[in-house]
Amino acid sequence: MDSKDTFTLGGKEFKSRFILGSGKYSMELVKAAVENAGAEIITLAVRRTNTKKNENILDYIPDNVTLLPNTSGARDAKEAVRIARMSRELGCGDFVKIEIMRDSKYLLPDNAETIKATEMLVKEGFIVLPYMYPDLYAARELASAGAAAIMPLASPIGSNKGLATKEFIQIIIDETDLPVIVDAGIGRPSQACEAMEMGAAAIMANTAIATAGNIPVMAGAFKAAIEAGRSAYLAGLGRVLWRGASASDPLTGFLRD
Amino acid sequence: MAQNQFFVDSGKLSSAALEHKHLIENDPSARASHMEYMEGMEKISSGIMDKVLSEVKAFDYNQYNAADVERAINSENCTIEGFKALLSPAAMPFLENMAKRAKTETSKHFGNTVYMFTPLYIANFCENYCIYCGFNCYNDINRKKLDMQEIEHEMKVIADSGIEEILILTGESRGMSGIEYIGEACKLARQYFRNVGLEIYPVNTDEYKYLHECGADYVTVFQETYEPDKYETLHLMGHKRVFPYRFEAQERAIMGGMRGVGLSALLGLSDFRKDAFATALHAYYLQRKYPHIEYSLSCPRLRPIINNDKINPLDVHEKQLCQVLCAYRIFLPYIGITVSSREQKHFRDGIVKIAATKVSAGVSTGIGDHESKYEGWEDESAGDEQFEISDARSFDEMYGDMSSEGLQPVLNDYVYV
Repeated sequence: MDSKDTFTLGGKEFKSRFILGSGKYSMELVKAAVENAGAEIITLAVRRTNTKKNENILDYIPDNVTLLPNTSGARDAKEAVRIARMSRELGCGDFVKIEIMRDSKYLLPDNAETIKATEMLVKEGFIVLPYMYPDLYAARELASAGAAAIMPLASPIGSNKGLATKEFIQIIIDETDLPVIVDAGIGRPSQACEAMEMGAAAIMANTAIATAGNIPVMAGAFKAAIEAGRSAYLAGLGRVLWRGASASDPLTGFLRD
Repeated sequence: MAQNQFFVDSGKLSSAALEHKHLIENDPSARASHMEYMEGMEKISSGIMDKVLSEVKAFDYNQYNAADVERAINSENCTIEGFKALLSPAAMPFLENMAKRAKTETSKHFGNTVYMFTPLYIANFCENYCIYCGFNCYNDINRKKLDMQEIEHEMKVIADSGIEEILILTGESRGMSGIEYIGEACKLARQYFRNVGLEIYPVNTDEYKYLHECGADYVTVFQETYEPDKYETLHLMGHKRVFPYRFEAQERAIMGGMRGVGLSALLGLSDFRKDAFATALHAYYLQRKYPHIEYSLSCPRLRPIINNDKINPLDVHEKQLCQVLCAYRIFLPYIGITVSSREQKHFRDGIVKIAATKVSAGVSTGIGDHESKYEGWEDESAGDEQFEISDARSFDEMYGDMSSEGLQPVLNDYVYV
């Protein structure tokens, strides 16, 4: 991999294209994400840092890793803004991943509220990464609201079901200029690889690694898969992906001048 | 089960009180209608109760067989039919497989976390006559209501132990522990804890709204039994007698702005399979109507009489309780499940690895006696306990035990927004 192949979020350059999500934390998982998957960004739920002693999750995270606090628990834009401000006060920096859910069963993001929150938080100087349902119109609005990246979901969070929304994520990758980070639902390294081949800038995952039989080995597998997918994207995918057969005589052979 | 096994006459009751007690115990026509709202009780148009009750009525758990159970365990999304099969007697031989599936679902949605909280009883006065409950108004117990200073003292003791989530409980007496009293307790609790829940008598929407503004965000109400005819024979007097008002409490709490609600039957009061079915169905329909709310189920049970297990096939032993909890988890994978200190250590340690997501620690169900429980300091004026607990582990012990079981204790996962 070209060592200059980096991507930028809010003016900060990142080499690793694996981001650890916040779903299921443990010391072992954070360690594996950093050491075996090479994560430079780790998400954390602000609501889990809101604790007095013993189990403050911030203690788990190494200093050289960028924190990406999320607003999980927010049910509308206002609540997300409040949680983001709280995160800044806690010393978690200016990055924020907006998560606004109004469904406790599937935890699907609410795009309309997410757009509102993005507008408000960008104005307050946050580097905003919105988690969203892959809808092109919403992606465009998030971009014009000043989001630093677009984070469409691959399938319901925690489901390990892979790229259920593949076609729509591809449209967002093709039609927006921002980095697209595929978030939620990636269940196996091959799916992460596939999303990277499509041109995703990075992959966020948690459950797939957290629930693996061997956490460090799975973290390493994700790293390898993401790098392979990225290389394939940069190499330009070959004709093997084109649909239909090649005609043996050129279709345009009749053209004379 | 003989209905009068719970009846106890205190020698301290006046003859008029005793006479009334005996009258309502023995003559159903002397009792108020359990399906009619009393004065001041808010009526909402819900529709959920009728749906739940009619489905429970039609639920015949004997019609399910092993194939139904296996299909339910292995299906990707558990349907209501599948849930019925999981609750049926036919599922008992598949308990281990149910536990495996439940564990998968729990870890998918909650990882290896286990939440910890403690309940705080601030008053035990009660105006109801629920024949199975130690707090009932005819029972001769030490009654106590903590004043704000005492409440604050209890809260300090609990907060110093490390607990960050508190559940405030009262007996059911509007007269002795009114809304404002509870509201003031919530305001105090907000100073000491990150997360405040309530388990009090059901109130109207505007009262829930007030309590929410005072700092409470979660409300738990136990329906005890979802079978109205049985309910009628157990709750003889007081506002708790009104079945629908209690049933609709969670919905009023949601309308009042609460963030989460808890539900439960007291398993063993009636047919536990039907009550478990009704409890989960109640949560299921609430979730469909109010998808943004967090739901949780509890699982208190009446313990079977020792050496008497052949008498009642509906007794809830640990195996049956485990079956119910696995079925809850498979049917409602996203829902919180709380297991209280009524259960013993071995059960709680086991079930948190399968289905439960929340346990209490450092528990006292008495009034104003946390210091004595935590520090061996005796207070003879403390109010009596609602029930004896079976797992007396302190917060530190519980934290250590959960960690050594490979779980991650979580003290708070909540921001007040």
